[in-house]
Amino acid sequence: MTPRFAPGVRLQEDKARGRWVVLAPERMFVPDEHALAVLRLVDGARDEAAIVAALAAQFDAPAEVIAGDVRAMLADLLSRGALRDG
Amino acid sequence: MVEPPLALLAEVTHRCPLRCPYCSNPVELARASEELSTDEWTRVFAEAAALGCLQVHLSGGEPTARRDFPQLAAAARRAGLYVNLITAGVALVPAMLDDVDHVQLSVQDSEEAGAERIGGMRGAQARKRAAAALVRGRGLPLTLNAVVHRQNLHHLPELIALALEWGASRIEVAHVQYYGWALANRAALLPTRAMLDEATRIVDAARLAHAGRLAIDYVVPDYHASRPKACMGGWARRFLAVSPTGRILPCHAAETLPMDFPNVRDTTLRAAWEGHPAFARFRGTAWMPAPCAGCEHAERDWGGCRCQAFALTGDLHATDPACALSAHHGLLADAVAEAGTDGFRPRAFS
Ligand code: SF4
Ligand code: SF4
Repeated sequence: MTPRFAPGVRLQEDKARGRWVVLAPERMFVPDEHALAVLRLVDGARDEAAIVAALAAQFDAPAEVIAGDVRAMLADLLSRGALRDG
Repeated sequence: MVEPPLALLAEVTHRCPLRCPYCSNPVELARASEELSTDEWTRVFAEAAALGCLQVHLSGGEPTARRDFPQLAAAARRAGLYVNLITAGVALVPAMLDDVDHVQLSVQDSEEAGAERIGGMRGAQARKRAAAALVRGRGLPLTLNAVVHRQNLHHLPELIALALEWGASRIEVAHVQYYGWALANRAALLPTRAMLDEATRIVDAARLAHAGRLAIDYVVPDYHASRPKACMGGWARRFLAVSPTGRILPCHAAETLPMDFPNVRDTTLRAAWEGHPAFARFRGTAWMPAPCAGCEHAERDWGGCRCQAFALTGDLHATDPACALSAHHGLLADAVAEAGTDGFRPRAFS
C-alpha cells in the first residue's frame, strides 16, 4: 500500500512544546517516536516497502525486523483516519 | 510558567448576511470601520503561532464578508497555523479556500422554509449546498455545524441526513449556549427535557448507524444538567480569542463581561496571555469561592462558565448556575418552565 495523509490531516512541528503533532479536523494527537518516524516518510509516493527500506537505512536495522512494526503502525494510523491508502 | 494556548479563535468581523437569533456575537456588534486591518491580523497570526497556537479558527460574523479574506487565510497558513474556516457559506468562492485546511459550514435547518425563518436570509440554503459541493470538490474535509433548539430539533434526523448528502465527514450537533443574542431569545430556543432526551437518543442511534462514515459531535445544553461544562477547557488555559476590533479574550463570549481586556493594538498576545490581570483572574482554582473552593470537580469543570455565571447571577465569581451545588441552580429550571414562545428577535446592528 501507498499511504498518504487523509484530507485535512497533517504533521506539524509544535515548536513551543518541543514535539510534533498530527493536526486533523477538530482534533489532534501526539504521535510517539516510532509513529513519528513513519509519518515523516509518508508523502503519497513512497509505498510500504519504500518506507521500510528508508527506516532500515535510517536505524541501521534489518528490513525484516522493521516490516512487521511498520505494517501495524500504518494499520493503526489508517483506522484512526489519519492516513489513507493510495 | 503559564501553559501556552493551543488555538486562536479569530473573529475577523461581526458582519454577516444572516441574522440567527442565537448568534454568539455580542449584542453590541462592531462596525466595519472599527475592524483590524489585514496587516494587524497578519501580525496577530504570527504572534499566535510564536506563542504556541497550532490552529486558528477563522470566524465571525461571517469571515468571508471581509474582502481581504483570502489574504487573511494565506497569512494564517504562512504563520504555520492549521486553518479552520467557520462559515455560513452563502458567499463562498474558490479563491477563499486556497489556504484553508478544513471547513465548518453552518446550517440553520434541514429545509428551506425553516432555514430562512431562523437564519433570516432568502435563498441561503441553495447557496450552502453549493458551498458544500465547492469544499468537497477541492478535496477539503467538511463539517456541518447544526445549532439545534426548540425551533428545529424536530428536524434532527433530516439534519444528519443532510450532512451525509452534502458529503460532510462530521456533523456538530450543538445545542444553543445561552449568552448574548441567545439569552435574549431564550424563551423561543430552549428545548424541554423530553425534546433533549429525544435528540440524545437520535444522536446515539445515528452514531451507530453511520460509524466510519460520519462522526457526530454532540454539545448538550447545560440548562438540563447538574454539572457545568468546562467552558473553553478552563479560563485562559487552551484558547485565546481576538475580537474584530482587536480585544484579546479568553473566549469569544467574554466580551459580555464587565472587565478590562487588552487589545492587540496596544500589546502582544504573549504579554496578554502571560501577564495581563484579566487572563490571570480566573485561571486555575485560586479565585474560587464556595462551593467550588475545595470541590473535587474544580479541576475538571473549573467552576463552569464565567459568562453564564455573570449573565444569570450578576456576580463574576459565582459558581455557574448549571451546577446543582450553586445557590442559583433553580434559575435554570425556571427558565425551562417559562420557555415555549415562537417569536424571537433576529440579531441586528443597533
Ligand atoms: S450565528 Fe448566524 S448570524 Fe451569527 S455569525 Fe453565524 S451565521 Fe451569522
Ligand atoms: S461546585 Fe464548582 S467545581 Fe464543584 S462541580 Fe459545581 S461548578 Fe464544578
